[in-house]
Amino acid sequence: MTTTTAAMTSSVAREIMYREAINEALRQEMERDETVIIMGEEIAGGAGREHLGIVDAWGGPFRTTVGLIQQFGNERVLDTPLSEAAFVGTAIGAASTGMRAVAELMFVDFVGVCMDQLLNNAAKMRYMFGGQVKVPFVLLTRIGAGFGSAAQHSESFYSIFSHIPGLQGVVPSDAYTAKGLLTAAIRSDDPVVYFEHKGLYGNRGPVPEESYVLPLGKARTVRPGTDITLVGISRMTWVCTEAADELAKQGINAEVVDLLSISPIDYDHVIESVKRTHRLVVVDEDTPVCSIASDICARVAEEAFEYLDAPPSRVTAPHTPVPYSRPLENIYLPNASRVINTVVRLINGN
Amino acid sequence: MDLDQKTLLNLYKTMTTIRHFEERGIPETGQRQMSASVHSSAGQEAVPTGICAHLNDEDYIGSTHRGHGHCIAKGVDPKLMMAELFGRATGTNQGKGGSMHIADMSKGMLGTNGVVAASVPLAVGAALTSKLRKLGRVAVAFFGDGGANQGVLHECMNLASVWKLPVIFCCENNGYAESTPVEYGLSVANVADRAAGYDMPGFTVDGMDVFAVYESAGLAVARARSGEGPTLLECRTYRFYGHTVFDNPLSYRTKEEEDIWRARDPLKQFRERVVPEGIITAEELDRMDQEAEEMMEEAIRFADDSPMPELSELYEDVYVDYPLDMMRRGVNMAD
Repeated sequence: MTTTTAAMTSSVAREIMYREAINEALRQEMERDETVIIMGEEIAGGAGREHLGIVDAWGGPFRTTVGLIQQFGNERVLDTPLSEAAFVGTAIGAASTGMRAVAELMFVDFVGVCMDQLLNNAAKMRYMFGGQVKVPFVLLTRIGAGFGSAAQHSESFYSIFSHIPGLQGVVPSDAYTAKGLLTAAIRSDDPVVYFEHKGLYGNRGPVPEESYVLPLGKARTVRPGTDITLVGISRMTWVCTEAADELAKQGINAEVVDLLSISPIDYDHVIESVKRTHRLVVVDEDTPVCSIASDICARVAEEAFEYLDAPPSRVTAPHTPVPYSRPLENIYLPNASRVINTVVRLINGN
Repeated sequence: MDLDQKTLLNLYKTMTTIRHFEERGIPETGQRQMSASVHSSAGQEAVPTGICAHLNDEDYIGSTHRGHGHCIAKGVDPKLMMAELFGRATGTNQGKGGSMHIADMSKGMLGTNGVVAASVPLAVGAALTSKLRKLGRVAVAFFGDGGANQGVLHECMNLASVWKLPVIFCCENNGYAESTPVEYGLSVANVADRAAGYDMPGFTVDGMDVFAVYESAGLAVARARSGEGPTLLECRTYRFYGHTVFDNPLSYRTKEEEDIWRARDPLKQFRERVVPEGIITAEELDRMDQEAEEMMEEAIRFADDSPMPELSELYEDVYVDYPLDMMRRGVNMAD
């Protein structure tokens, strides 16, 4: 299904930031459903110091959870010790026993310390227990390089989660998708990993004031085109649109698909696009081997082979950790220039 | 005062070098690399200083995200550290790691680390190497009050105890994990209270007093070196600045509290202890401060004059042995 950015109907849409959209989704869901709880490190900040007048000292390391503890109290907004395995597992346990639990993993790079709970409990409990249980659990986490944060604070890593049966995952790219997808994730009865991009927090966009759901598992087209399909993941969607604008000046009309979901991946949306454009480039800031980019290319090659006029291609990070030094980090990331060069090469058939 | 003049001078020199590195180097880094991920240890100097005074180059330490003081106390060259912070090819890590990953294996410095408590098992592993190969070395595993609640730390304390490894678990309890006060997340009054649970001695000491740290560390290091196993050493200290230099610590700390700890500045306390006893003059301490300041100026010049890494460095040292074209195959890097 190809849709352009969904029209806002009768709702009021004002411009807010991506991080405010996340905040609003959390607040509205917590207002709507008293079983929604959220836990994580620094999500309020200054915890335990209410008697000194310190409440909500940080509202989250990136201020996505600001104001929640004042409204919902410290039994629904729980700062945690530095114990991811414990609190992620606890959130999963709470979700299995009647709560809708949201846990925040501060950076996806830290998933190693709590991976067992995600892989062996959240993902598998419903299946292993023969359908007895549902796990309405959301893992909020954050991704993205480009901020000089070096190897252990810059991962994208979402393909690991796509690979795990039992988990779902979303990669919102703007304020509008941030709110709609988080609302959907919280209401979902399946465990969902929600990847916030560090570089998008300040991005403003129109967001309806009232609550709304965007369907999980669906991509969207943000720029219609005819000559080539560019699939972007999270911030890379805007790298694709930047490239598309430049390519238009060269007479190349690129269609940009915003993936939005890394599990399930909306192959149908991508294939429908490739059937019209006959070429595909996936732009993914994750590392390349066994990546989402590779998976989409393989699927398109398998299911849309006769529609392709060029090999499905990828613009990704290299197979290295994220380097610290600025000039190295700059070439690590996909950028519009690399996308343009790849597109031109494919269009010219070499 | 039991310590000889040479030891005393080295203790002060280390502390003032750390102080000057943090207060001069971090702002300069912020201007150049524009990275938020730099963490000042100003205020905490006495802890690595007092401990590493008992270590030699072959001994090991594992560090934290707030590790510049650990590096300097262990003998890592501040000039090369500055170059690393500035992302230069001459840095300790060739510009590849930055503040949170500074390492110097020639000094047994197993790296600062961006994942809380993640260097603890590395230090334990180094202790294992020493025991297996009968090297007589010890390892110090640094972590903070936040790290005290991290699962891997507990597993490591248990493991080091049952394997009787020559490791010192050193908790730098500065009262806060980012903005979260220690009392919120810690189930005991003192981190060292947990030592009994792992069958090792535990001590809580004043981490603003380099002599207290030095004395306790001496016992723990001696115990490790003699093969008696690990110790948990908790040093109560304070970071004068925020978690990073970008947060305002007054959003979660009070000015009164900060003033109390500032008054206990380890450099100031050292001066007040040592000068009245006539062992070292105030002028000598001032001179060391001045030398530290000049060292930082030189380090900044060195770093600024150093080249950035070659772009091909991006692909270097991912492995020892791996096909180089696999780093960039099919990903359409820039030409």
